[in-house]
Amino acid sequence: MTSLSDSEIREIESKAQHIRETIIEMLVAAGSGHTAGPLGMADIFAALYFHVLKHDPKNPNWEERDRLLLSNGHITPVRYATMAHAGYFPVEECLTLRRFGSRLQGHPEREKLPGVETTSGPLGSGLSQAAGYAYAARMDGKHFRVFCAMSDGEHQEGNLWEAAMFAGKYKLSNLTAIIDRNNIQIDGMTENIMPLEPLREKYEAFNWHVLEVDGHNIAQFIAACDEAYAIYEKPTVIIAHTIPGKGIKEIERDFRWHGKPPKPEEGKKFLDELRTMGGKISSEHQ
Amino acid sequence: MRNPDVKLAANIFEKPEMAPTRDGFGKGSVEAGKADPRVVVLSADLEESTRAEWFHKEFPERFIEMGVAEQNMATVAAGMANYGKIPFITSYAAFSPGRNWEQIRTTIALNNVPVIVCGMHAGVSVGPDGATHQMLEDIALMRAMPNMTVLSPCDAEEARKATMAAAKRGSPVYIRFGREKTPVMTTADTPFEIGKAQIFWKSDPSLGKAGFPSVAVFATGPLVHNALLAAQQLEKEGVAVTVVNVSTIKPLDPMILEIAKSAGAVVTVEEHQVNGGLGGAIAELLAKNAPRHIEFVGVQDQFGQSGKPDELIEHYQMGVSHIAAAIKSAMSQKN
Repeated sequence: MTSLSDSEIREIESKAQHIRETIIEMLVAAGSGHTAGPLGMADIFAALYFHVLKHDPKNPNWEERDRLLLSNGHITPVRYATMAHAGYFPVEECLTLRRFGSRLQGHPEREKLPGVETTSGPLGSGLSQAAGYAYAARMDGKHFRVFCAMSDGEHQEGNLWEAAMFAGKYKLSNLTAIIDRNNIQIDGMTENIMPLEPLREKYEAFNWHVLEVDGHNIAQFIAACDEAYAIYEKPTVIIAHTIPGKGIKEIERDFRWHGKPPKPEEGKKFLDELRTMGGKISSEHQ
Repeated sequence: MRNPDVKLAANIFEKPEMAPTRDGFGKGSVEAGKADPRVVVLSADLEESTRAEWFHKEFPERFIEMGVAEQNMATVAAGMANYGKIPFITSYAAFSPGRNWEQIRTTIALNNVPVIVCGMHAGVSVGPDGATHQMLEDIALMRAMPNMTVLSPCDAEEARKATMAAAKRGSPVYIRFGREKTPVMTTADTPFEIGKAQIFWKSDPSLGKAGFPSVAVFATGPLVHNALLAAQQLEKEGVAVTVVNVSTIKPLDPMILEIAKSAGAVVTVEEHQVNGGLGGAIAELLAKNAPRHIEFVGVQDQFGQSGKPDELIEHYQMGVSHIAAAIKSAMSQKN
């Protein structure tokens, strides 16, 4: 990876905006699903698929690809939308989300859709799968990286801390974890439901290298991924501070949007907001 | 009489060799490791008692110490299998699959990656450790899971073969092992194949009164030996019995249905809750295809307790006399 020019960063930001539009469209079509998390992670997923990850959309099982395991499977709309925009499958297929017979299951399934890497949904088990993956790859001298995207709320699961201990013990430097630190979970704010702070110090105590970034600053996030790559002897966790629902004012920071989709009329309004850049331009771009 | 085709040990009734089925895992995992470099063994701080240390000594670089963390062990193994390894995960059955069932369901079975879950110290025969460590629900837990193969070997030799076969399966497998030394009934020449049951004992067809067909006894695990002892005893009394070793509980061998059809009644024998285990599996099969009266020998919806293995097997009514009584009871209820 090399440092990015301003125009390259703007291009990734623009991808993220398209991903947000697709997320709204697919959630409206599905009539169920999670909204805030996927919107909040759109910038990071765009940065991953359009710059950080070594991957080939036409050959999703390419052996040397970097692996991205999504632990909190419920934000899978952002992954599906990003994969579609990256060329894994037609963007139109996103509208089959959660439908009978669709490859785009409500929570991702490895055997249904090439490229999703693993099956997830029940929380707290992604990091250990990623750690196992990284451990096995290191045994064989493989050079690809293993990424694991997680939510903040799932840090209330014990399994996750078992994984953190394991990755710390075995110094899995080929593992990079990304935490969507958006401070919300289904029933409210994480610090009210079951406090996670001090999160940074917890990971440091488990022998991880810890980085904190603005999860909507593409350049900062990419720089953190570069630093993680350069760190030896430790796994790295990037705590990405994000705004849940980022991009749509009505959804931003409202935990009630964690687990519900927009209604069709709301969807229309939200798409208008996204496509007019929040009213900055007079006609919708497509 | 014993079935000559399955080449049982000559001394099964007179001072048989004794070995715990977990030793079969120890041997089988080393042999599987030699045959395939992808095999790895994960241990949750129990390598001596699970016999994972045998593999550890042979392949230190392919042995992974997980600490006391069974949920992490299952999910790390899922990641390793997803990459391309063939992981065996080892602990007591009470903890794995007892504690990490959801992780096994989502990341191994639904994910459909070839992890072999090895549940040691199953059954009341763990003895003095008491009910917390006497896993009696593992077959039910694992049998209910799509994509999962469930094996319950009858002795150390069959456990060795089951371990090696599981490594070649290419999909999720559960294998149940016991702690105690139990009779070694099979030999290196006894056939073993996942999905195949074996007739160990079949009474002479001329035996029996008033043309009463034989009673089919479907047994699993080391209790197969008690079933054989019961059959031997009853043969002397003129009761015709077929004893089948059901070492694959899922998928069930279709032959079981044919044997049950030709039998007058059925008895199931397992060191497990009678709910949802081998008895449950046979009952489901027969209820749909060939209803038969079934007597269920096993733990009757109770937890175990501390004690010596033999006295617990007797207390929970899985001894030779209980199996013999169940066979007679089944005869009196014949269809």
